[in-house]
Amino acid sequence: MDGIFLQQMVNGLTLGSVYGLIAIGYTMVYGIIGMINFAHGDVYMISAYLAAIGLAVLSFFGVESFPFLILGTLIFTIVVTGVYGFVIERVAYKPLRNSTRLAPLISAIGISLILQNYAQIAQGPRQQGVPTLLEGAMRFDVGSGFVQITYTKIFILIAAFVGMGVLTYIIKYTKLGRMCRATQQDRKMASILGINTDRVISYVFVIGAAMAALAGVLITMNYGTFDFFAGFVIGIKAFTAAVLGGIGSLPGAMLGGLILGVAESQFSGLINSDYKDVFSFGLLVVILIFRPQGLLGRPLVAKV
Amino acid sequence: MSKPILELKEIDVYYGPIQALKKVSMHIDEGETVSLIGSNGAGKSTLLMSIFGQPRAASGQIIYQGTDITHKSSHYIASNGIAQSPEGRRVFPDMSVEENLMMGTIPIGDKHASEDMQRMFEMFPRLKERRNQRAMTMSGGEQQMLAIARALMSRPKLLLLDEPSLGLAPIIVKQIFATLRELAQTGMTIFLVEQNANHALKLSDRAYVMVNGEIRLTGTGKELLTNEEVRNAYLGGH
Repeated sequence: MDGIFLQQMVNGLTLGSVYGLIAIGYTMVYGIIGMINFAHGDVYMISAYLAAIGLAVLSFFGVESFPFLILGTLIFTIVVTGVYGFVIERVAYKPLRNSTRLAPLISAIGISLILQNYAQIAQGPRQQGVPTLLEGAMRFDVGSGFVQITYTKIFILIAAFVGMGVLTYIIKYTKLGRMCRATQQDRKMASILGINTDRVISYVFVIGAAMAALAGVLITMNYGTFDFFAGFVIGIKAFTAAVLGGIGSLPGAMLGGLILGVAESQFSGLINSDYKDVFSFGLLVVILIFRPQGLLGRPLVAKV
Repeated sequence: MSKPILELKEIDVYYGPIQALKKVSMHIDEGETVSLIGSNGAGKSTLLMSIFGQPRAASGQIIYQGTDITHKSSHYIASNGIAQSPEGRRVFPDMSVEENLMMGTIPIGDKHASEDMQRMFEMFPRLKERRNQRAMTMSGGEQQMLAIARALMSRPKLLLLDEPSLGLAPIIVKQIFATLRELAQTGMTIFLVEQNANHALKLSDRAYVMVNGEIRLTGTGKELLTNEEVRNAYLGGH
């Protein structure tokens, strides 16, 4: 029992850290332009394909050592996914900046469908896979059972936390971060102070896409398989994580991701894995009943 | 005659179907302190915001240092030396005092930031005490000081101030106007929008009176202080 609990804790934190990375994209975009970017899950899906392509290309050129392989793949995936994020915002959302709130939402659903179909046509409808990059695991005996942590999981945890750490630093302490926060808190005032808010919004989309790309590489490493529809479920989970933590709040997205990942893993390990999604969304409902603004969100106060 | 730093030529501004400014023409010369007085809803704040193109003038021209800025973006205008402490202060609620001040340095970069921040702290010692406090937790007067200081951080050529006295205790109003007087004496060009006509007119070289979106009267600060119409409407007849 102890063994299973600890095992699922590790699994949950790994999964949750990746949910958190994707949730960051939802929460930052919501924070800055007040829209739910329904295409974000599909940006993650694209990044999974890009990760596989990156790995294939690097292997083709004879790169075999893990550090070079993963670093090369990460850089390639993050840069190209970032470009996707930038272009999507320019094409689908920016022209609708001053229209009704629903317009960019519909446009996002359109982009989501376009990306799914594009991946399906370009890469085929079948599941794709990548080989295991990091073999081996650590094993600990705990009470009557044992806990096994694969090196892949350890790598994922470290990479995800480094990603979140770097992002938190950028947002809190750099000029770019201050510009993002200013644009989020009062876009009109930000522009009066000389900030090109359109450009800041672009940056936010690129940052969100980059975080999704990191998640894409990490999840692809862990599970090995994905298809053109992979962005849907994980997108909804990450969105749930963002709402759970308080949408608009960066630490909220990370915390929400971790809580959701752990809750889901514990439920499937200790009770029943068929109903884990029911449990996750049930948890969301319960938390929203008692804290409608999410765990770290601010209550909405109507402005006079 | 010194040359105008900002000139408005017959600008019309609309909020949807409602016309907020009607053929407004005015000018501010370099080094002058000019104020715009008028009652609530006369269109004073709209005028200040329309200099930044928010909302944009539907017709007419806004000329800044010889360049037509009527159709330029807000951030372009800010980066060329106009700073505003806007209506409602609009400090960034979730940022500390220091971070808010840093937001003022966007147009000029942060090479003078620490030196300028020290100057602001000398000018407004209260801000120094609260330097790490979030702006939303501060009083209205402190937020007003912060908004003015933030505007000054960009070393503006033209400083626009919207109702710096609104809702503040008389002693703080006095303090803020004393600071403005010092700024004016350093040669900064100031354009002040006020309901508190008494303070504003005493401070200003020239002033405009706005009624229902139109410029009704103009003259030197002294002239308007003694003008019968102004005294009755804006100075409470004393």
